[in-house]
Amino acid sequence: MSEAVVQRLREHFGEKILESSSFRGDEEVTVDKASYAEVIRFLRDDPETAMDLFGDLTAVDWPEREGPRFDVVVFLRSIEKRHRIRVRVRVADGESVPTLTDIYAGANWAERECFDMFGIRFDGHPDLRRILLYDEFEGHPLRKDYPIDRAQPLVEYREVSDIEKLPPFGIEQGQPFARVDWEARLAGRNKQVSPSLGVHQGQRRMLSDSEIARAERERLKRETPAADAEGSSDGAK
Amino acid sequence: MEPLDEILETTNDLLELPAEPMRLVMGPSHPAMHGTIRMVLDLKGEEILDVDVQPGYLHRGFEKSCERGTWQQVFPYTDRLNYVSPILNNIGYALAVEKLCEIEVPIRGQYYRVVLGELARIADHLVSNGAASMEVGAFTPLLWLLKAREWVFDVLEAETGARVTHSFGRIGGMAMPPTPNFKENVRAILPKVLETVQEVEDLLVPNRIFMDRTQGVGGISKERALQYGLTGPCLRAAGVPYDVRKDNPYLVYDRFEFEVPIGEDGDAWDRFSVRLEEIRQSARIIEQALEQMPDSGPVSVDDPRVMLPEKNEVYTTIEATIAHFKLVMEGFKPPPGEVYSFTEAGNGELGFYIISDGSGTPYRVRVRPPCFYNLHACREMLIGGNIADIIPTFGTINMIGGECDR
Amino acid sequence: MGEMTLSQGGEGFFTTRFDELLRWARRYSLFQYPFSTACCAMEFFGTASPKYDIARFGAEAPRFSPRQSDVLWVVGTISQRQGPVLKRIYEQMADPKWVIAFGTCASCGGFYDNYATIPGIDKVIPTDVYIPGCPPRPEAVLDGLMLLMKKIETGDREPRVVPPREIPQLAQLRYGRDADKPEGAK
Repeated sequence: MSEAVVQRLREHFGEKILESSSFRGDEEVTVDKASYAEVIRFLRDDPETAMDLFGDLTAVDWPEREGPRFDVVVFLRSIEKRHRIRVRVRVADGESVPTLTDIYAGANWAERECFDMFGIRFDGHPDLRRILLYDEFEGHPLRKDYPIDRAQPLVEYREVSDIEKLPPFGIEQGQPFARVDWEARLAGRNKQVSPSLGVHQGQRRMLSDSEIARAERERLKRETPAADAEGSSDGAK
Repeated sequence: MEPLDEILETTNDLLELPAEPMRLVMGPSHPAMHGTIRMVLDLKGEEILDVDVQPGYLHRGFEKSCERGTWQQVFPYTDRLNYVSPILNNIGYALAVEKLCEIEVPIRGQYYRVVLGELARIADHLVSNGAASMEVGAFTPLLWLLKAREWVFDVLEAETGARVTHSFGRIGGMAMPPTPNFKENVRAILPKVLETVQEVEDLLVPNRIFMDRTQGVGGISKERALQYGLTGPCLRAAGVPYDVRKDNPYLVYDRFEFEVPIGEDGDAWDRFSVRLEEIRQSARIIEQALEQMPDSGPVSVDDPRVMLPEKNEVYTTIEATIAHFKLVMEGFKPPPGEVYSFTEAGNGELGFYIISDGSGTPYRVRVRPPCFYNLHACREMLIGGNIADIIPTFGTINMIGGECDR
Repeated sequence: MGEMTLSQGGEGFFTTRFDELLRWARRYSLFQYPFSTACCAMEFFGTASPKYDIARFGAEAPRFSPRQSDVLWVVGTISQRQGPVLKRIYEQMADPKWVIAFGTCASCGGFYDNYATIPGIDKVIPTDVYIPGCPPRPEAVLDGLMLLMKKIETGDREPRVVPPREIPQLAQLRYGRDADKPEGAK
């Protein structure tokens, strides 16, 4: 249904459309970074494409890929023509992309979110600051190398002594095959981590006052002293 | 025009008092804001000069959490996106994965999804309209609409076992077939719900206070609404008849007759009325779906790649035990690729952009949150209005924290 | 409460200690501050709705200023960004004050085991009653409220968890014959 859009783009931009693909009925074009804003503006203004509804803007992190690390993906839709298109542009870490805020007003928050979650900068954005996280937050959580459990609390945690803490569920517990430890994978240690290493997250606890829980905790503390210390310093930071 | 209005009109200059611009911070915990959000307002007297809307107080790391488990384990997280209508999110995600794997759900399952989804949509609109009216001071409609929501919840609970967070969708179908008296239960509550909605409409629509507070408040033009990426009731209130159920029919929505209600000005009143009318249209869809839905047959695909085997087989045969183990521990493995699938959720176009690298864990799950974009336009709706206009505008946008901040 | 004595003419009098009287009075006039953030707010609505009617317990009036309220309901997930806000609200409340953690996220973080959420509000503020459930049913919420009322009356400040409710008929269905019942099930 949307092949006509790809066709139209190819006619008009020629070499600037690097790739185009169609998978399960979703049409997608990859464009050159220099002509990215131009392509989006053309898609909106050309009467044959008439992409009037701003769909979405997001990014994908590919740390293991050769070449630029991030993809910025824009979804557009035409209400009248009932077709849609996905435009992709490749960005290296540290590079910036032209902003779309002067083409679609809705891109403002979407680009802020992209910056917040991936650290991709947008040139010419009027107000590029964090939107979902707080200013004190360091790093960008949706990058694959950001560990999921690295919390950065704004308030100091109280010492909770009156309720027993049980060992938390670790990365490798329960789902030994399905889960990916990105930290290890990117560091080249792409192998299964032993279950006891998952214990050191030091954050979760369940409510229980049984002796078994206390004994279990003592045992784990004895067995993995280094991991436990690391976990608790993470939690207190 | 009321006599008082006339006086105000003629003496407007005299009533204007000199005022310095003032900065006021609303939230993040404010009684008139369902959900937590912070607004930094620049005021000149009562008039809003500028507003900085700051979402993010309910950011729970949805997208990162999805990259941790199996494809099936995403369902509980989707429940808590738009927690007013969880089943619609379940269905949206299931349809995305099914699109990636090219799975077609049996016809009875599709009808079952439609009926449960529309019930969830009714519950969604009941709550959002009730909360919006409560915030402008009409407390009775909230209680009445909550009463109606309880009836809907009773049916959903009988079907799924949970009142709010059902986790009832599965890739390739639903968790359970319908209960034996599913159709009777739904047919029994629909007239009661519609009657309550009518009562609320009778109470609010001729109400001068409610009309004055919502009409002409927080409006947005058609063009700007599209620019901002508004969808759902907010876009339809601005006059664009875009409904994914009509424009890109998924499931069996092309077999039903229903109208897409649209407004004119995109103001708070239009959004409220569009939602009320959508409840009636959803009821119409449910009636037709119950009529057409087959009474027997599977609701889930018979595909050992995605569906868990029957429980009694798991206990008796080694093949089923191993299949069960593999599915639970490794998860099923969709082909590598990426798709974007979109459905009409309570607040608009709910899109799932999922990327698979061929493993049992999603590489990336991006959800296109309709409220995020609806709330984005809030700034433009508010500027130039009065400080009291924030409440009806924000209330009828129906910002849901779980979906907006994820 | 103390004992009650009836004289011949039908006029009665109480003997009680002042602090007990105060606790009794506090128990039945709880002013609440609902700090609603997330999904659990749906069930908080449900508890306030006509069907479950929290007003029966004298706790229906929400005070939207922490300075005027006794009970802080923390309804829903508390993200790291919200931690300082929650702490500040708690500090604004006048003594005596109680805190109810409504739902699993407020109790221990639930399945949001990641960078964004605080694993339980007791990391930030002291908590009196934990109501488990994701979200808890209105019945469990009322159980939690009654548990808090009992704690107020006895002056107990130990943290407590709302126990699961065992319905005898259901237990019979589940366990079948009497001989199969585990110890303690009725």
